[in-house]
Amino acid sequence: MKVTGAQALFKALEGEGVDIMFGIPGGAILPAYDPLLDSSVRHVLCRHEQGAGHAAEGYAWATGKVGVAMATSGPGGCNLVTALADAKMDSVPLVAITGQVPTPVVGNDAFQEADITGITMPVTKHNFLVTDPGEVAETIREAFHIARTGRPGPVLVDLPKDVLVNETTWRWPDRVDLPGYKPTTKGNMRQVVEATKLIMEAKRPVLYVGGGVIKANATEELFELATTGHLPVVTTLMARGAFPDAHELCLGMPGMHGVYTAVTAMQKADLLVAVGARFDDRVTGKLSAFAPDAKIVHIDIDPAEIGKNRVADVPIVGDCKDVTAKLVAELTRRQDESGIPDRSAWLAQLAEWQAQHPLRYDQQDDGPLKPQYAIERLRAHSDGDTIVVAGVGQHQMWASQFWSFEKPRTWINSGGLGTMGFAVPAALGAAAGQPDRRVIAIDGDGCFQMTSQELATSTTEKIPFITAIINNANLGMVRQWQELFYEERYSQVHLGYDVPDYVKLAEAYGAVGLRAERPEDVDTVIEKALSVDDRSVVIDFRCDDMEMCFPMVPAGASNDDIITGPEGLRPQADPAEAPIA
Amino acid sequence: MSLHTLSVLVEDKPGVLTRVAGLFSARGFNIDSLAVGPTETEGLSRMTVVVNVESKSLEQVTKQLNKLINVIKILEHEPGTAVERELMLAKVRAKGDARARIMEIAEVFRVSIVDVTKTTLTVEASGKPEKLEALRELLSEYGIVELSRTGRIALARGDRGIREKGGLRVAKAAGAEDASDWDGGGV
Repeated sequence: MKVTGAQALFKALEGEGVDIMFGIPGGAILPAYDPLLDSSVRHVLCRHEQGAGHAAEGYAWATGKVGVAMATSGPGGCNLVTALADAKMDSVPLVAITGQVPTPVVGNDAFQEADITGITMPVTKHNFLVTDPGEVAETIREAFHIARTGRPGPVLVDLPKDVLVNETTWRWPDRVDLPGYKPTTKGNMRQVVEATKLIMEAKRPVLYVGGGVIKANATEELFELATTGHLPVVTTLMARGAFPDAHELCLGMPGMHGVYTAVTAMQKADLLVAVGARFDDRVTGKLSAFAPDAKIVHIDIDPAEIGKNRVADVPIVGDCKDVTAKLVAELTRRQDESGIPDRSAWLAQLAEWQAQHPLRYDQQDDGPLKPQYAIERLRAHSDGDTIVVAGVGQHQMWASQFWSFEKPRTWINSGGLGTMGFAVPAALGAAAGQPDRRVIAIDGDGCFQMTSQELATSTTEKIPFITAIINNANLGMVRQWQELFYEERYSQVHLGYDVPDYVKLAEAYGAVGLRAERPEDVDTVIEKALSVDDRSVVIDFRCDDMEMCFPMVPAGASNDDIITGPEGLRPQADPAEAPIA
Repeated sequence: MSLHTLSVLVEDKPGVLTRVAGLFSARGFNIDSLAVGPTETEGLSRMTVVVNVESKSLEQVTKQLNKLINVIKILEHEPGTAVERELMLAKVRAKGDARARIMEIAEVFRVSIVDVTKTTLTVEASGKPEKLEALRELLSEYGIVELSRTGRIALARGDRGIREKGGLRVAKAAGAEDASDWDGGGV
């Protein structure tokens, strides 16, 4: 069968099971937008390519499937770069398709030409420039294979206009053969046995759970592992929802703005079992002072993560699902032989810390609205299936801290790259991927203004979601750092509460705009927002502009130096001196 | 910091050199020399990279290189386990007495004179990098007009090819006891 390169593209996308994609047409990619009309793939017309990229990411986070974004050459591809870098850092499976100027003029500085494979090389898992229409199908197949297997990540396929226009014979390869790409998925059993020995010997173990557990769909196995071994769990920013927050073994989020008990448990642990986590600086604080007494079991599908920041005593390369299941089996066998190690003293110590140092804030009835209160009330009105999407900054940390997660894939944010403006388009993508679920973007006023144009997409494409703006009139996290570390010399952080008028802006985009200015408004406004199901809603929560995010480990400091509250005092029992169970 | 020689077998695809070189700069590793050429197998190229790093970062280098889709295999040559060679061309000022002395040096080093002008001699030398360095130093006394070196190439000693060995460091890091346990060619 004869097809054009563009027809081959859509047959290939259909072959890969793509049901929805996000993009914007333009000159070089025009030939691909014609066969789109005859395809089963739904195209969501975004308002900015960055929005299309983040929407594809949100879709991938929410569904576990590969997100697809499409853009034209030059500026179109360039606008995708941030989303690609974001997906690379957070291991989000993404395929980006870009148009390119025709092959005869590649390299001639043609109109809307950019060397997008050159530009995106460092921010993609891999990329392709296709020069023959006969290679379109095979390349798309390879791109999806690379994006979704191993450590997932973004793959870009650049398609020159003549490659899209010219004809070829349709051929769908029945398998992918990449001689240089063979991820190790099966964990080595000898290492599993070694890891189990360490778990059996440990007096103060902590399961350090990262985003890889969710990527690998290994949360059931993780639950088994934690409950079988009575192992306390910390879930990193990337892993919120991987283990239910309400469970007694859950200590919450570790790291720079982590819960005191999660941070301190890792510091005092004699064993960290890292599952799909990468010892990121936001988790470890000052690396040389991180978990000084802990032996390390490190499970990851990416061998390069093992030993990168912290030497592992027992490294296990493999898919988290496979390795965790093997660990459960081996641990069960060992515990059947010799019983479950007695860790009551450790668990009691953790419970004591939890009681002493809970997350806290002070909402006065007649005082300014606290962002944490708004988020807690949103949670109180929502169920555990609600998908929460955050941007980057204080609101992101508060959302992660104060939303009690029950399930995987209910939390979406920009972790590694820290991309402001992620939330609105990612919420759009999540809502497109999970149309039956409630999606709430908890966003900052600074973040919101970076990508709010996708509210237009939400309205025209009928993909509704709620955006709760934690409006503190500032680039809040930067303001907090200036208050704490730059002697309150505030520089270029004030945005103002009123510009834009978020309610009017929402209405201009065809969404419902609501505002809560006082604590007593909050419940009414949330109820009103939740009663809307045919349109997007934007809530302007006008919050205390001086509220700071705690606990906090200052950048470069040891996790022992955690600051738990606004009084800036360290906890009464010095964690460095705190008795160890 | 010390020099390590890596042989990297790659698919001969557009951009593969950029990918490898870009990875080194993005991760902050210094390349001392880089030589690329075709291999015994069509479609595969071999890069010999001399990198100046600590041993711990060398593990990161090889692991990160392994993640490149177009990289098939990496072999780190332990000192003394490989034949390492380099080619050098040096155009040397050679007037009067110097001519004879340069030709004498060439004879001692068993290298050839490949171009002669009234005022210069061009020397072609191949051999171990240390030999070329010694020769370069001697020639520099006469004044080197220009010099070009290929960078090091290397083959492991013994009867096995790179595809049958290699990846040991990464295999160990992954928990496999030897490379034959290890099928990880990238992530």
